[in-house]
Order: sequence, then C-alpha cells, then structure tokens
Amino acid sequence: MASVRFPRKEFEKQIKITEDIKERINMFGTHIKSLTDSEIEVEILPNRPDLLSMQGFIRAISAFIGKQTGLKEYKVIPSGEKLIVQKPLPQTWVYAYACIVKGIKFDDEKIKEIIQIQEKLVATLLRNRKKGGIGLYPLDKITFPIAFKGMKPDEIRFRPLEYPEPITGRQIISKHPKGREYAYLVEHWNVFPVFIDKKGVIMSMSPIINSHDVGKIDENTKNVFIECTGTDSLTIQKALIILVTTLAEMGGEIYSIECIQQNGERTQFPNLAPEKRRVSIEKVNALLGLSLKDKDLEELLPRMEYKYKKGEVSVPAWRTDILDTVDIIEDIAIAYGYENITPILSSVDTVGEESEDSLIKNKISETLIGLGLLEISSYHIIKNKEAEPLEEEDKVCIQNSKTDYKFLRPNLLIPALRILKENKDNEYPQRIFEIGPVFAFDKNSQTGVKESENLIIVATPASFTEMKQILEYLMRTLDLVYKLRESSNKLLIEGRTATIMFKDQEIGYFGEMHPETLCSQGLKMPCAIIEISLESLMKR
Amino acid sequence: MSSTQKSNKSSNLPDSDVGKVLDSFSPLERKIIPFLNLPYEKIKEKTELDDVSLLRTLRFLENKGVVKIELQHTTIVDLGTNGIYYKKNYLPERTLILALEEQSYISLEEAQKNSKLSDNEFRVSLGVLKGKALINLSNGKINLTASKEELTKKSFEEQLIDILPKNLNSLPPELLHAVENLKKRKEIIEFRKDRKTLILLTPLGKSLAGQKINIDLIEEVTPEVIKDWTRGKKFRRYDIHAPVPKIYGGKKHFVNQSIERAKRIWLNLGFKEMSGPLIETSFWVFDALFTPQDHPAREMQDTFFIKDVKGNLPAGDIVKRVKQAHESGISGSKGWRYSWKEEEAKKVVMRTHTTCLSARTLASLKNAKNKTGKYFSVGKCFRNETLDWSHGFEFNQTEGIVVYENGNFRNLLGYLKEFFTKMGFSNIKFVPSFFAYTEPSVEVYGYHKGRGKWIEIGGAGIFRPEVVIPLLGEYIPVLAWGPGFDRIIMDKYEITDLREMYENDIKKLRDKKVWVK
Repeated sequence: MASVRFPRKEFEKQIKITEDIKERINMFGTHIKSLTDSEIEVEILPNRPDLLSMQGFIRAISAFIGKQTGLKEYKVIPSGEKLIVQKPLPQTWVYAYACIVKGIKFDDEKIKEIIQIQEKLVATLLRNRKKGGIGLYPLDKITFPIAFKGMKPDEIRFRPLEYPEPITGRQIISKHPKGREYAYLVEHWNVFPVFIDKKGVIMSMSPIINSHDVGKIDENTKNVFIECTGTDSLTIQKALIILVTTLAEMGGEIYSIECIQQNGERTQFPNLAPEKRRVSIEKVNALLGLSLKDKDLEELLPRMEYKYKKGEVSVPAWRTDILDTVDIIEDIAIAYGYENITPILSSVDTVGEESEDSLIKNKISETLIGLGLLEISSYHIIKNKEAEPLEEEDKVCIQNSKTDYKFLRPNLLIPALRILKENKDNEYPQRIFEIGPVFAFDKNSQTGVKESENLIIVATPASFTEMKQILEYLMRTLDLVYKLRESSNKLLIEGRTATIMFKDQEIGYFGEMHPETLCSQGLKMPCAIIEISLESLMKR
Repeated sequence: MSSTQKSNKSSNLPDSDVGKVLDSFSPLERKIIPFLNLPYEKIKEKTELDDVSLLRTLRFLENKGVVKIELQHTTIVDLGTNGIYYKKNYLPERTLILALEEQSYISLEEAQKNSKLSDNEFRVSLGVLKGKALINLSNGKINLTASKEELTKKSFEEQLIDILPKNLNSLPPELLHAVENLKKRKEIIEFRKDRKTLILLTPLGKSLAGQKINIDLIEEVTPEVIKDWTRGKKFRRYDIHAPVPKIYGGKKHFVNQSIERAKRIWLNLGFKEMSGPLIETSFWVFDALFTPQDHPAREMQDTFFIKDVKGNLPAGDIVKRVKQAHESGISGSKGWRYSWKEEEAKKVVMRTHTTCLSARTLASLKNAKNKTGKYFSVGKCFRNETLDWSHGFEFNQTEGIVVYENGNFRNLLGYLKEFFTKMGFSNIKFVPSFFAYTEPSVEVYGYHKGRGKWIEIGGAGIFRPEVVIPLLGEYIPVLAWGPGFDRIIMDKYEITDLREMYENDIKKLRDKKVWVK
C-alpha cells in the first residue's frame, strides 16, 4: 500500500472535490486518507502503479465519474533513433527500453514532481530497484544511437550526479551515497550496466546513478530521453509506459525509439496499442452474480478506461494488473459499484463439522473449567532469557525477530512460570491451565519443526496430592487409563515427582516445584504443576 | 412496612420491624448492645473484644440503624525527650532565673557559670527571658528586672508541660501560644495523630442500649437442630444486603471464548473446520497462493523465518503446476514471468495468515468426486512486528472458503455480511481492494455503534484461477476470506492495549464477563 499526496489546488483545476466525489474516490478503491485545504492524500493499492501520479489518478477518476470515459489515446511519433542492448550484461539485468518526450516546461515544481513519480514507480513496481531502474536525461546532451551494455567496474568512469569529480564504477558504489545505498544489488556482478551514447559518453550506471554532465534535468531542459532497464521485459516496459503517459498528460509529446534487445527482438517503444481480450458476458454474470447485458458493459467498461465493443475489451497499455479475465471482471464490478451489489447467501447445502482435535481440546478444557481452573493463553514465542537454560537442540530460533521474543516455545511451562511471576500480587490461590502447541526440531516433519499440543496445569499454593487429584479426575472423566512412575526432574522436588505413562509411552510429568526453582523465578508461594503431551491421547 | 426497606435512618419503627431487627442480631451484636451507652473504650473493656471485631460488629449495627459511627481525628501534644527532662529539672530559662535571683546584675559569663547551663541552653534562655521582658541586657551584663510576683508565677510554657499529654483542640489560646513557642525548641514537645471512635446512638439504639437481649435464636442449621426441631424456635435474621466475599470460578480465556463464538457461527452455516500447523513452508503460505517470490511480504522484516531448517515440498506434480502458474501463467493468465525457485519455497516460516489452510484444503480436494464444500478455520498467525499498544507479533484470523461451481461475488458478500452482523456490527459496507491471490477482491467495513464510525474489518475475494487451477485441478469459483479477529475481541472486551490480549492478568481474567450475545 502506497500513500500519495496531491496538491488540492492543482487537483481541483480538473476535478472539484465535493462530498459526492469523495465517496466516488473511496468506492473506486483508493481510500482517502486525509483531506486538508492544501492537499488530498489517497492510498493506492499495489496493483495500480498507474495511479501513483496525480495525472494518472485524475485520468482514472475522470473516467470513473463519467467526466472523460473510454481508452485515452496518445500520439506517438517515431523519432528514427535507436537503442541497442549489447552483450555482456549481468545475469538477468538484460532488458532496456527508452523513448523521448518533448515540449515539457521544466520548472522546479515539475522536476520535483517527476522525480517523485519516478521514485514511487521504482519503489513499488520495480521493487526498490531490485527489478529495474529508471533514468531521465536532457535530450540535447546525448547523441544517438545509444548502447546499453555491461562494462568492468574499474573501466567505467564518469562524474555521478551531485559529485565533484569523475570516479570509477567501483568507486561509485563505495563513495557515492546512492552507490552505497544500492551496492548490495550490484556488487556481485562481473560487469555493471551502463548507457553509452554514440560519442562514448557514459550517461549512467544502472540502476545506481546518472551522470552529472549529461544526466541532470534542470529548468533549461526542454526535451528528455527516458529509459528503463531491468530483469523483466514486460514489467519495465509497463513502468516506462506509465511514466511516459504521465509526461504526456503534463503536455509532452511522445517520440518512439527503436529498441533492439540482446536476443534480437526489435520494439518501436513505446507501443501504446491496447491489449485486446475477449470477455464473455456469461462469465461476467456467473462470477459476479449479476444479470448484465451487453449494453451495460458498453456503459461500465469505458468508466474504467477500457474500450469495449461486442465482447472485445481493449486494455490501456499503462495497466500492469490485467493478467486474466477476472481482472477485467473486477473492474466491471467496481464500475457497477460494490454498494449496488446485493449480498445473498449461496444455496449450497453442506454439513458443519468441528475438527476432531478441536472437539477433544474443548472437552479437556470443559473438564478443567469444571474444577474451577482458569484458562490462560500465552505467546507461542519465548524470550531470549527464558530460553537460556535449554539445550541447543531444543532451541528453535526465529531469524530477525524485532523483539526480545526469539525462540519457539518447547513446552508450556516456560510461559506459565512467566505468568505466575507477573501475577505475584493477585489473590491466591491461583489455578490455571493452558492447551496449546509446543515446538521441537524434527527431521521427519515437512517443515523440520514438529508441532504438538500440550496441556499444562499449574496451581499455587498446591501440593502433590492436589495435582494428583486433578490428574486423576481429568483422566477418569476422559476415560483414559494411565500409569505413574517415580521419576526425577531438576525443577521439582525429588520424591514428589512422577512421570505419567499412557500405553507404555511417557506422555508427561507432574509434581511439586522445588523451592530453588521458585526462588530463581522470584516466586514466594508453593506451586505444583502437570504438563502432558496430548498427541497420543488425541490419537486414541 | 416492607422488610426490605433500608433501615439506616430508623426513627419510630412499628413493633413488627423492631421485632425483625431484634431477630437479626448476631451473637456478637447481642454481646455489645448491653454496653452501647458507654464510650468506645469502655465497651471494648467490658466485652473483651479486639478493635477489629468490635468495629466490624459496630458497623453491622450501623447498617441496622442502631448506631452511627464517627471517627474523630485529633492531634495530641505530648512531651518530647527534652520535655520529659525539663519537666523534672525545670526549663533552662527557669534555671537561669533561679541563678539570677541569687545574684542580680552580673556578667554574662558569670551568669552562665552560675546557672550551669550549656551554651545553647543559655542562649535560648536569654532569648526567652528577654522576650518576656524579665531581664535586661546592657554592657555585657544581665539585670533581672522582673518583679517577685512575676517570677513566682509559672510561665505558660511551664503550665503546658505540667498538663501534657493533651488534645490540641482542648487547649486555651494562651497555652496554644506556648505550644507554638515550644515547637521551635529542640524536642521539648511532640505531636501525635490520634483516632477516636465515637458511637452515636440512633433512637432505635437508645431504646436498645443498656438492655440485655434474651432471645434464643438459632445461628446455624445443623443435623442436631433438625433432629431436635420443635415449632416456635426462631432463626437469627440475616441482613440480606450484607456483602459476601467474592468467589471465582473456572473460565475459558476470553480470546478462546471469542474464537468459540466465531466457530459456532461458521458451524451453524454448515462449514467444516480446517486444521493445520502454525509452522509452514513458504510454498503453502505464499507460492500456492500465487504470491511472487519477490513480494515484500516475504521479506524478513515482515515474516518470521525459522533458522536452521529446510522444508519439504509436497509430492506429486502440484509443485510443477504452481511453478508454471508463477512463471508463465495458466489458462489465459500471463503469470509473474520470473524464474520460480524451489529453494525459496522450501523456506520455513510462521504462517502469516490462515489462508495456507485453504490452499491445503483445495489441494486435498483435487481428486475428490464432489468438490463442493464450505470450510473454515479460526487460528493464530504471526508477523514480524514490535510489541506495543497497537502492534503485536501474534494475532488471530478467521478463514473461510466456499468451493461451489455456482458460487459468485454476491454470495461472498452474503457470507461476510452474515458473519459480521452476528459478530456485532450493525451495518456492513464493501469497498474494492487488492490481494495477490483474489480477484475480485473486497475490503469489509463494519459500522461500530459505540465509536460512531466505520472501521476496517478484513479482506476477502474470489481466488484467482492461478491459485485454484494448480491446486484443485480445474477452475471452480472459490469464495475466500481471511479477516483479522483481534480487533473485534478488543472491542467487545473494551481493551485498548493489544498486549492485554495475552498479558494473562489473573485478576482481569477473573473479572472478565462472558460473551453471551
């Protein structure tokens, strides 16, 4: 989700923001985050990068509200110039497209605006330069044909933007601020991609930085050369098409360039010819649950910037999200108005059923609540400090946690002790239980981590006898036969600890907590616990 | 008169009500009543009760309109350490006077020597006597100017010391003045706060006080009482309004109660519960849901990845089909057009939504004869977040899918409206949205009556063909939703800090109301 701000005065030169328009903008899917006297802020969904500029946004909304419907056409004049993509180029960064826009009045405001649109497109569509980069250059500073190719980092030498002197490609990624910021994207490449013009002037190093000499737009610039390079041909073309149509909305004239890719593919770029798709009205009605007629589509689709005629939809070139017919069907629903679609339950008969695991866990819960125990619900992750006493093989660690909680809990005892400590000042007796998953490494599980349900019961103050009574009551009520075996546990008192056996398997333990353990936890009341693995009990 | 009438201010009660009051006296109350006309200390003495029991019983009598208890806070002035000494050995200014009476008009050094006072005492005495105009100082000599009469009279300070300890309120103005003077001097007097219990008798109390109450009332019903029961025996009446100690029972955790509530709604609509692990491979959490491998949600700052483990991908050609959907699309879609990597899909994460359960369910239906079904889940999900009043790394989500060849967008909105209306929202609104795996997509807003505004509840949509076809084998409309749940819980229980959801404060858990409707 990206948030964009448009100056209200500029916006209202084209569309006045009334209460009705506000509602329309919201029902278009672009939620108005804030509206002041000076600006309007809207949330743009990730699938509509064409709305990131005010021009693109107004173009879409104008169609939606019926002000200027249909597929907008932009004139493209062939410039006769060429862009040639050569070998070698790093790994997958092998595509480059470019074109020319003439006649834009570049003042301070406009330059800022265009840079912002460029940055937003790169941040979202081009995944923050991972997928591609965009560059703009004053047209009169470069000579055609332009080549896009990889050069060894030390052989590249030019003065990068806002830098005092020429430095090599290698130096750029260590000295220039933008170079340092994005070094991680390119440092492992053998060659760095550059744009070079006919005279051998290096125009930029993709996707890092333009040349200060030939790649800086200022108030004197009238015409621009714009390019986009990257790893996915379709995406970078779309990014550039969005930018170039935005510039056209600003008053620019589009001139196409012949772009020749590494694989020989030739494109007169930009090709703004709409993609044509067939849409069947039956499919639309089936998916939406409506009874639209062809003439309804003729009215609805143009409000989403499409051209429609007899089952054929023409999709604007700046739409990146139309992958399938369903994408067009969604736009039909938006134009129809979600608020106009009546909800109705489907008439399919099915029988409701709780999962077996849930049923069993609920019965256990019910039984313990019948004894007056209070259910608690703790985090599945435990703190760094709490995991310290564990063996290395029991510590399932989370990478990059932003908090102190770093390990998956191996048992329910650790969170239970934390909760007892935090409830020191509340009325006693405290009798609590929890049912929940615990985690351990397991090579045989599909994820390498085994999850199993455990049950813990903690009572304080309490004795061995009381815990045994609770255990006995629980097992009796669930009709489960179990055996006990004397055992030791370093947290519990020797001679007051028992292992619980079910079908010859150890499923848990219970006993009185040792004063040493209580002291180390800062607890002052005697305490007894039961922890059982429910896995084999549930299988029964 | 009704017996439930409160008798805090009882005036002339008719006999039947007096009778009821008499019948309601506990053994302790009956013990005290004979001495009620005496002051508190005397009652304590006579009944041999400790302060706690006596006060508690008096309060019960207060509730029955027999007495009114007033606590009087007073300050007591008493002698300090030096005060006790000076009481026995005269205040230093008196010692000086006595020395001066022997020899008037002498030097300061001689006067101090004769009086045997310390430097400090001597200095203070000079000040006091000069202030009372009893001496004269000139040229380093003292002159006793007081008359014989003045000297024999005790000063107010001396009078005060004689009568301490005394209640500050009981002192006349001239002695209060003496208090102020002595206060400034070292440890001669000290102050104590005292609390006195005053018992005021109401008219009812007046009529009862001093009397012995000889009613034989039964306290506890025992097997003996039952065995020896004869007509005419009376039971001591209880004050039904008297508070009783609070007790606590067992309860489901309020989050689990809310989850049960949501479950019930889905079960009643004919949905079957899905279950699955919290730790999943990226394949099921992302790839099977057509989320490209370079999507921001798959980065470490948003998702918890488990260290040192590698997952396994499911057997069969489901992996191949998912790979194809990503790389080149299926049935008319263009896909994401990148190179799909198995290694990325094998990464193990804590599930960021319960939609992976829906993916698994669809995959399990691939070879089913009848694929129609409605499935739901309510479960825990995780996000790599900080922990503060509005952020948390664990949250609950409710998930649902309807697999039905005639399913459509209106039905989707229908299920959403049904569920959220039952969860307490009076009005539901649908707005266009975007999710990588649904199209069309919708964001649900509910009108919150209490806050008087629309709030975002959750997202839903119809699964994209790129999701359904690799998993199910064919395209059947799958209506799907996965709204978060915690917002609704926090609202119902009026929690404003997200951390309270899992803080497990036993007092709060004990006091939490049960969600009935």
